Amino acid sequence: MDKLLDVENVSISFIQYTRGLNQRDLKVITDLTLDISEGEILAVLGSSGSGKSLFAHAIFGILPENARLDGKIKFKGKELSQEDKEEIRGKNIVLVPQSVNFLDPLMKISDIAIGHCETEDEKKAMKIKQREIFEHYNLGPEVDDMYPFQLSGGMARRVLVSTALLADPDLVVADEPTPGLDEKTVQETLNHFKHMKEDGIGVLLITHDIHAALEVADRIGIFYSGYVIEIALKEDFSGDGENLLHPYTKSLYKALPANGFEVVKGYQPLHGEIIKGCPFYDRCDMRFDRCKKEKPELIDVGNNKKVRCFKYEEGA
Amino acid sequence: MNKQKVAKYFGWKLVRFIVLMIAVAIFSFVLLDLSPIDPVNAYLHGAAVSETQRQILYQYFGTNVPLPDKIFNWLMDLLQGNLGISLIYRRPVIEVIIDKFMASLALMAISWILSGVIGFALGVVAGKNKGSWIDKVVKVYCYAIQSAPSFWVGMLVLMVFSVYLGWFPIGFGVPIGVSSTDATFIEWATRLVLPTLALSLVGLAPIAMYTRNELIQVLSSDYVLFAKSRGEKGWDLVKNHGIRNILLPAITLQFLSFSELFGGAVMIEQVFSYPGIGQTAVAAGLQNDVPLFLGIVVISAIFVFVGNLLADISYYFIDPRIKENEFND
Ligand SMILES: Nc1ncnc2c1ncn2[C@@H]1O[C@H](COP(=O)(O)OP(=O)(O)OP(=O)(O)O)[C@@H](O)[C@H]1O
Ligand code: SF4
Ligand SMILES: [Mg+2]
Repeated sequence: MDKLLDVENVSISFIQYTRGLNQRDLKVITDLTLDISEGEILAVLGSSGSGKSLFAHAIFGILPENARLDGKIKFKGKELSQEDKEEIRGKNIVLVPQSVNFLDPLMKISDIAIGHCETEDEKKAMKIKQREIFEHYNLGPEVDDMYPFQLSGGMARRVLVSTALLADPDLVVADEPTPGLDEKTVQETLNHFKHMKEDGIGVLLITHDIHAALEVADRIGIFYSGYVIEIALKEDFSGDGENLLHPYTKSLYKALPANGFEVVKGYQPLHGEIIKGCPFYDRCDMRFDRCKKEKPELIDVGNNKKVRCFKYEEGA
Repeated sequence: MNKQKVAKYFGWKLVRFIVLMIAVAIFSFVLLDLSPIDPVNAYLHGAAVSETQRQILYQYFGTNVPLPDKIFNWLMDLLQGNLGISLIYRRPVIEVIIDKFMASLALMAISWILSGVIGFALGVVAGKNKGSWIDKVVKVYCYAIQSAPSFWVGMLVLMVFSVYLGWFPIGFGVPIGVSSTDATFIEWATRLVLPTLALSLVGLAPIAMYTRNELIQVLSSDYVLFAKSRGEKGWDLVKNHGIRNILLPAITLQFLSFSELFGGAVMIEQVFSYPGIGQTAVAAGLQNDVPLFLGIVVISAIFVFVGNLLADISYYFIDPRIKENEFND
């Protein structure tokens, strides 16, 4: 069966003008590969500024003009062109944006949620649906007439999430839905995604919050310096982390407060830094010669898991 | 938001207005007093009079009173709405100003609306089609106009429509033998066409450029990205999010352009010999009509201030955020 969303070797770069008229490509995402099935929550875990929002925008075809996108994004088995994206966005795939800045500052909340309608009848029907969904998300009628700047952090989050459901989507892409929220609201928000999953919706949860990821995701894609370096199952994040494969993922797990707060030294290479070998080489305590000279590919290790590390290649 | 805060806000505006007016009045008065203009000579137009008569006139104009007293008297008169008698028209300044200002107001109001509407529309079309030929045309036009003096634009219009096409007479004074009050509406309207056209052509450039740039910025904003991600596109997108967000600052800008409008009108009226406040100002300046000149300065300051005030009010009524915030401090 085809996956709901298949992202293969996606890279995103910006054309930058350096001294004079020389231009060069600044690669923010070098190799991003992942997939999501119906009724699955896949978390993409990456540090801030690593290009997570760009990736989300790439799926919707709303990258900035100077960005360049390579690789394949397939929806239900069909590779999406820009036109296809324009066709299905807002219908089959919906975005839960990162912040309240994504709401038109001069529009009332209910009008934003309803969006553009062709006819009055359509608008009425949408209005009813919007009220139902808002009610479900504990957003009273007074919220309808508010403007974005009047929303509290928690309310804004709920508005952003509920706008996603007005469309009956197959896939929800949620960009960083939890930061800045108190514990209770985080829990609430995550529960909403669980409910979506129960309804058979695929959810791509983009976050830098490992707790949130572990809380709801079925699988977690680890993003490191422009590469997906591992796709692990949630269950792998348990015990001593012995089921985790990539050294970086293991170290992430060990850095959790419950597991001893061990932090790896060094830093993540920034985009723009050209690395010849494995992006984790500098910090890896299992590295060997080959890692310095060659880049590992993301390999399938079965059970829906993937890893980008020579140690797991056959014969290594 | 409550009424008290609104009242306080506009109360402050009023205080600022009064302070500004006093400053303008004193400043322009002192400047003119320091200038070598002699109102008695101006009044006499070089007519030969005896020395005693001349002394009487000096007395009448208060030329030899100390400066602070002069300023004080002028402010007191101003308070009572008494701007004195125009030396060249030999009528109360206030009458002359009202008369001429009405003529200018027609010119300025029509140009203001035309340049606002057309400029905004051009800006929207250009911004939406950024990089297209239409965008380039609008951009070139705006840069050209903004670097050209308005009298030059006026002369160009005059050359094209009067000299080359011959659709309008060249001089726009009232037809010979007809006093300006007797001119028929049609005559008056015909006189208005070319100056209005010229002033509009000048006035639409800044608003078009501003609208274009703002729209481009709004169209790459996060909230437009989000709207796109939800399937909105084309003109609907521009209408629902673009225009909604740029109309308010554009209107404000247009109100703030009252000073340019006034300055433009002075030039344009000169080119077309249109009998408005601008032409009167030039005449007053050239012929040393001090009372009239001061009166025009005061009136134009009020005019510009009203523009700024309207800009504030327009902001207040259109932007929900200002209703909440602005009045809270
Ligand atoms: N228009 C642009 N031109 C050049 N570089 C850009 C542009 N937009 C984004 N970038 C670069 O891409 C990087 C990734 O941006 P992005 O917003 O996707 O990060 P993120 O992972 O979502 O971060 P955060 O956790 O803060 O949301 C940024 O650090 C920035 O340097
Ligand atoms: S490829 Fe080598 S350096 Fe990279 S993570 Fe694996 S062992 Fe470490
Ligand atoms: Mg982001």
